[in-house]
Amino acid sequence: MQIKINGQTKTFADGSNLEAIIKQSCQNCQRVIAEVNGAIIKSQQWGQQPIRQGDQIELVSFVGGG
Amino acid sequence: MKLETDNTPLVIAGKTFTNRFFLGTGKFKNKTDVTESITSSGTQIVTVALRRIDLERHDDNIIEYIPEGITLLTNTSGARNAKEAVRIAHLARESGCGNWIKIEVINDSKYLLPDNLETIKATEILAKEGFVVLPYMHPDLYVARELVKAGAATVMPLGSLIGSNQGLKTKEFIKILIDEIAVPIVVDAGIGTPSQAAEAMEMGADAVLANTAVATAGNPAQLAQAFSMAVAAGRLAYLSQVSDKKGVASASSPLTGFLYD
Repeated sequence: MQIKINGQTKTFADGSNLEAIIKQSCQNCQRVIAEVNGAIIKSQQWGQQPIRQGDQIELVSFVGGG
Repeated sequence: MKLETDNTPLVIAGKTFTNRFFLGTGKFKNKTDVTESITSSGTQIVTVALRRIDLERHDDNIIEYIPEGITLLTNTSGARNAKEAVRIAHLARESGCGNWIKIEVINDSKYLLPDNLETIKATEILAKEGFVVLPYMHPDLYVARELVKAGAATVMPLGSLIGSNQGLKTKEFIKILIDEIAVPIVVDAGIGTPSQAAEAMEMGADAVLANTAVATAGNPAQLAQAFSMAVAAGRLAYLSQVSDKKGVASASSPLTGFLYD
C-alpha cells in the first residue's frame, strides 16, 4: 500500500500498523509524536493503529528553538 | 566579598524559579553548546520547538542535550494562526515533556512580528485546556490585559525584532506592561547583549529570554553565563530602587567649604 509520510509517498506492506511503519521509517528517532490523518495517536496505541492505503502520517519531534 | 542574591524568586503557575534568565535553544552550531550554556548560566527554563522529522537524515533530539530538572517551554513557531498554534501545543503535550507552551503566532516572514489577535485566541483555548501559556506578543497594554483575561501565565513582550540584537526598542511600552500587568513580564526577542538584558531587569521586568545572541556567539556558554549574571545584576538593581535620572549635576563629594572662607 502507498501512504504519505512526512510529505513523501512511500510503499509499505499491506496490513502494516503505525508502529511497524515508524520503526521502518525512523529507526533512531527519539520522542516521536505521531499524527494519522491529522489526529494524534498516543505511542501506547501505535501497535493497534491500522494504516490503510492513502493515509497521511506526520511524525514530529523536538528541535532547538527560541 | 559576599554577593547578595535575589531573595524574591520568580513564580510562574505555582512553580518557583531562582534564575530569571530563560534560554532559547535554536541556531546553536553544536548541541553540546546547548548543554554547556544551560549549565554555565544556571537557567531553569529553556525553549524548544517541534518540527517534522527528516526521515532521510538522522538528527539527535535536542531534548537529550537538556539536563534533567529544566522546565521545557515548547514554542509554537511556524504557526500562522491560533488553530495551528493549538495543534502544535497538542503535539507537544503528547510528547510527555510537560504542558508549558510559548505561543508564537507569526504571519510576516520579513519582520517576524507576532500576531497579537491570533495569540489571544490561542491563549484562551490552551489555558482553558490546562496548558501553562506564555504568549509572545507585541507590547500593547490592551492586548496584554486580554492575554491575562484569557489565562496567560506570563506575558512575553518583544524588545525588538527576533534575532536582530537591537535591544529594548520597545522599552517605554514594556515599562507600561510592567506597571500595569499583574502576571510576570518576560522580555523576549531582540536582546543582543547582557547590558540590554540588565536594562530590562533594572526597569522591573521579571525575566529575560535570549537565544540568537548566545547561540551565535564565539563562546556561547560564556555569553550565557554573562547574560545570567546581567539578569541577576539588573534584578538586584531594581530591588535596590535605582534613583531617577536628573537633568543637572548633584555633587557626590562634600564641597570643601574652607577654600572659600
